[in-house]
Amino acid sequence: MDTGIDVNTLQSEIESGAELAISTAALNLWYGSFQALFDVNLDIKKGRVTSLIGPSGCGKSTFLRSINRINERLGYVRINGSVDVFGNNIYAPEVELVQVRKQVGMVFQRPNPLPTSIRENILFGHKLHNRDRKYSRDDEDEIVESALQQVLLWDKVKDRLKRKATDLSLEEQQKLCIARLLPVKPRVLLMDEPCSALDPKGTAAVEELIWELRGKYSILIVTHNMAQARRASEECIFMLMGKVVEHTVTADMFVTPAHQETADYIEGRYG
Amino acid sequence: MSQAPLQRTGNLPDINQRNADWYIDKIVQYLVFLSGISAIVLIVGIFVFVTVEGLGFLLEDFSFKEFFLSQWWEPTDDDEPTYGILALIAGTASVTGLAMLVAIPFSLGSAIYIAEFATGKTREFLKILIELLAAVPSVVWGFIGLSIMNPLIIDIFDVPVGLNILNAGIILGLMAAPIMTSISEDALKAVPDRYREAAEALGGTRWQVIYKTVLPAAKNGLLGGVLLGVGRGFGETMAVLMATGHAINMPGSVFDSVRALTATIAAELGETAVGSPHYQALFTIGIFLFSITFIINLTADLIVRGIRKS
Repeated sequence: MDTGIDVNTLQSEIESGAELAISTAALNLWYGSFQALFDVNLDIKKGRVTSLIGPSGCGKSTFLRSINRINERLGYVRINGSVDVFGNNIYAPEVELVQVRKQVGMVFQRPNPLPTSIRENILFGHKLHNRDRKYSRDDEDEIVESALQQVLLWDKVKDRLKRKATDLSLEEQQKLCIARLLPVKPRVLLMDEPCSALDPKGTAAVEELIWELRGKYSILIVTHNMAQARRASEECIFMLMGKVVEHTVTADMFVTPAHQETADYIEGRYG
Repeated sequence: MSQAPLQRTGNLPDINQRNADWYIDKIVQYLVFLSGISAIVLIVGIFVFVTVEGLGFLLEDFSFKEFFLSQWWEPTDDDEPTYGILALIAGTASVTGLAMLVAIPFSLGSAIYIAEFATGKTREFLKILIELLAAVPSVVWGFIGLSIMNPLIIDIFDVPVGLNILNAGIILGLMAAPIMTSISEDALKAVPDRYREAAEALGGTRWQVIYKTVLPAAKNGLLGGVLLGVGRGFGETMAVLMATGHAINMPGSVFDSVRALTATIAAELGETAVGSPHYQALFTIGIFLFSITFIINLTADLIVRGIRKS
């Protein structure tokens, strides 16, 4: 079926030396008649933290949201080009949306735990994707504990797993939102300004967490905060007006940007 | 800090001038206040009126046991009038119960469709239609029960009379559905979109998102909608009068004719002597109905308000 694609990606991996988590080719996207993305060609490496920066409206969130196809909720979105996640074009007609969402988890700008208990939040995705298997309570407890351990939240909430998730602090909510992705075992984590609703302490904690998760997951993070991109990412992409201007190692981007626009943005001349 | 001497007479010449606008503003404030509290005045007034009219019966002929536990409603019996409303309560309850069985799936289904699936023009169009449906006069519904449902039920189920619980239940269910749809749709719309987005991003299908996330989050509002429907069912008179067959009966099946509390008042009040025990007994039924619908509506309102706040 898709062995051909796999062989091809394998080949390109060998050639480039690193496996690609996400690879887009000539990705164009329209909201109605407004074009938000222009010919985006990006290769995002496996296991890295890649940040997306750029001024408001540059299309960075749009790009992020097209990688788990959550954009399609809007109904008036049109796309051409391809987005490959680990070698599979997720816009191919035979692709099951549910499987895409299983492989690609997403964290939103505003923490959005479901209005159920902490435990139920963690198990929500897990239950959706494992409907044919029965898990005992102990198995589930283990899943909940391991997910919360990974986001460094276990010690804080282990005694109140039955409490409503929406009663947690914003920082804890956001960590929970990351934690509930993990039992589904996604390979890519998308984060849309995950710290913008948090205070500096919460931001530091979530950044630290992202850094912890690096390697196990390929993380793509949109941020408004250039300092954050600099601190918490290994590669950085700068977008402007729906186009990719620059994509390099983060350290290089902030020291020796190749393009004038990048330099101007980084220095705060606009945006 | 040095304090300036307090100046009692200012230099601005017209500082205390009032013009017509000031008076109009005051008058409007009072008028609006009066309209605002008129609801309270009216509801208290009605309650007092109904209570006073029924009081004589409550104090003299009323027997709790007979009133609520006897199924014999024979106020016109010359020798020994009995005032038992058990059969009437059973009539109202059975019709309302069946109506809810009809209305809940209907209204929940259409509310889910309008709130979660329909978009743009379809949505607006449907909402207007639902509101129009809610505005159909109850006598029209009664007419439908009488002239369409009646022969239909006789034909389909091969029963002698088509004016029965089934008929009235369906009619009342269709009547209550629009208001229940509106309330339920409000409740679904009040669920923040970020819950849907979260559930969808985790891999939920449309239905899973609705079933596992939206409906639980909206459950209070949905319950409020159902309760308002129940309140509507209890209070509805004309359609029920026309479609139930208006025969005093302890119902044994949905094909039995029954009589509702409201319909009894409507049908008999005009033919009683003002102040007679029969007249007062009808008002006592009124008190009972009023109390029940008041409690149901208040509960529904509190529940719906509860979700708006949180």
